[in-house]
Amino acid sequence: MRDVAIVAFAQTDHLRRTDELSEVEMLMPVLHQVLDATGLRTSDIGFTCSGSSDYLAGRAFSFTMALDGVGAHPPISESHVEMDGAWALYEAWVKIQTGEADTALVYAYGKSSPGQVRDVLTRQLDPYYTAPLWPDSIALAALQAQALIDAGDTDETALAAVAARSRADAADNPHAQLSGPVPAGDYLVQPLRTGDCPPVGDGAAAVILAAGDTARALCDRPAWIRGIDHRIEAHGLGVRELTESPSTRLAAERAGVFERPVDTAELHAPFSSQQVVLRKALGLGDEVRVNPSGGALAANPVMAAGLIRLGEAAARIHRGESDRALAHATSGPCLQQNLVAVLEGESAHA
Amino acid sequence: MPDILSAPLVVEFPFTRSLGPVQSAFLTGLRERTVLGVRTGDGKVLVPPVEYDPVTAEEIQDLVEVAATGTVTTWAWNPHPRRDQPLDTPFAWVLVRLDGADTALLHVLDAPGPDAVHTGMRVRVRWAGTRTGAITDIACFEPYEGEPGGSAPHDGEFADPVTGIVTPARLDYTYSPGRAQSAYLEALAGRRVVGERCPSCLKVYVPPRGACPTCGVATDERVEVGPRGTVTTFCVVNIKAKNLDIEVPYVYAHIALDGADLALHARIGGIPYDQVRMGLRVEPVWSEGNRHPDHYRPTGEPDADYDAYKELV
Ligand SMILES: [Zn+2]
Repeated sequence: MRDVAIVAFAQTDHLRRTDELSEVEMLMPVLHQVLDATGLRTSDIGFTCSGSSDYLAGRAFSFTMALDGVGAHPPISESHVEMDGAWALYEAWVKIQTGEADTALVYAYGKSSPGQVRDVLTRQLDPYYTAPLWPDSIALAALQAQALIDAGDTDETALAAVAARSRADAADNPHAQLSGPVPAGDYLVQPLRTGDCPPVGDGAAAVILAAGDTARALCDRPAWIRGIDHRIEAHGLGVRELTESPSTRLAAERAGVFERPVDTAELHAPFSSQQVVLRKALGLGDEVRVNPSGGALAANPVMAAGLIRLGEAAARIHRGESDRALAHATSGPCLQQNLVAVLEGESAHA
Repeated sequence: MPDILSAPLVVEFPFTRSLGPVQSAFLTGLRERTVLGVRTGDGKVLVPPVEYDPVTAEEIQDLVEVAATGTVTTWAWNPHPRRDQPLDTPFAWVLVRLDGADTALLHVLDAPGPDAVHTGMRVRVRWAGTRTGAITDIACFEPYEGEPGGSAPHDGEFADPVTGIVTPARLDYTYSPGRAQSAYLEALAGRRVVGERCPSCLKVYVPPRGACPTCGVATDERVEVGPRGTVTTFCVVNIKAKNLDIEVPYVYAHIALDGADLALHARIGGIPYDQVRMGLRVEPVWSEGNRHPDHYRPTGEPDADYDAYKELV
């Protein structure tokens, strides 16, 4: 296996609306930030991969427009996933493993403001038995939350505490959409209150991956990807055990999470209740710093929020604030699909 | 900076989907007030049934009729029903394990309020008055105090089976095109075509998309182009488009407006279709009530030299 690291990360400020910006206009500043941070030009990049969904803003082929921002003409080596950008990062990591590229630019963006993201996300569900009922994203998360409460894994007070801690941590995150004291609010779908749910908004993120000595040349302290894996569960909600996340657990095992303790974990848990599920699946104790960025409860640009977890974890390693961090991304209803990566700074191995 | 434009946008599509044998039996069964499950290799009964075992991926077809009564395994109270959801009064989302099944079905429960709902409560199917072979043939669940039902083998055979479903989907947006395209559309309202110049390679893009696809940087300098231009290439359209009141054949062309480094496309009129040629000089014809030119027509100038536009073909 080649040693591959995240060598740069940038994200936009995450905002409720960005009417004045098209997707590419929103995205370009973060592309330039990661290129500037490494001194690379777009023509130096070996592979480009992005994650986004046209359904969010109702803009057909928006990812081809976004390509204008990376200088895609004359043609570059490029790919796109209709998924969170964390999976675009995974594809880029595989591409570098094949030896076909030494560097990769990975980006993701989501503009939820033009549409109703609760309804939009129903269109990803099983079209025969589930989507015709239009069960929105909060409703499905609420079913999972109630199952957790019934199982004795949490209660509404504990969920409110998860939300409060996330927004308190986000006070130090200048990009966060929601930080500081946020009221628990009314039930959106009981047992989840507004405070248990992520803010709806627009945002983008980008990272640069590089292999071996290239990474060392581009970054003082690369965040080496020691393991990365993703797993998926059945699409039928009633088939799954919603209080567990066996796919997260398996991805973490395959990524090597349990070989040595991590000091930091960035978990992609858009709902407070999902953080409870993930902590349990990953066996994270109080000694692990969970979501110092505030996580998706502080900013949840759909399609970018998972990539941002990888970026936030890497940035802490870049800054010397973490030696071994876990980063997690999720996709689908009730944590259906999960990606886990282990990132390390060099001194951790010395 | 011009005002940012926005407009309502509705994306609506009726997906037509064919059904596998298990899905067909299940949905036809609902039409006939019969709930079917499917047995997996290890003996579990899945309701709703699927074509392949979620654990082993093995093809499964062993159908079982289960009861229309069951037990709530989890629930969530929805105080504000959304447009296309099954009930328009507050209701509970529920996962229900029907009597005779080992897995739960997602649906809704009609109940007076959250205090009337709990995990473990007994419910039964309320059938829709009109049933077509769809998950919505179950109108909802309702509380039920009677005896549990049982299960029995079923051959899945029904008269006139449902083999496909049409699922309409509508999503509503408020579309805003962003800075560059808003400025372009604003200028069009004044019958001017305004592109943007790349600060790096100096190319002028029309219509502007906000970034130079070669340099990957924002285009920021506005440049008025045209109104005249040159046909760089074209095609003859022979098939009448639905909802488009234009006589065929007609010509659709790429037109490089004077001063632009990217050709846009438009219809050519005012000239027989078989006389349109590369290099033809054209100008826009505007019509009332349209933001874009209705079409382009010949200016009468001599044709442009191929060398003058070959980079734009
Ligand atoms: Zn340029």
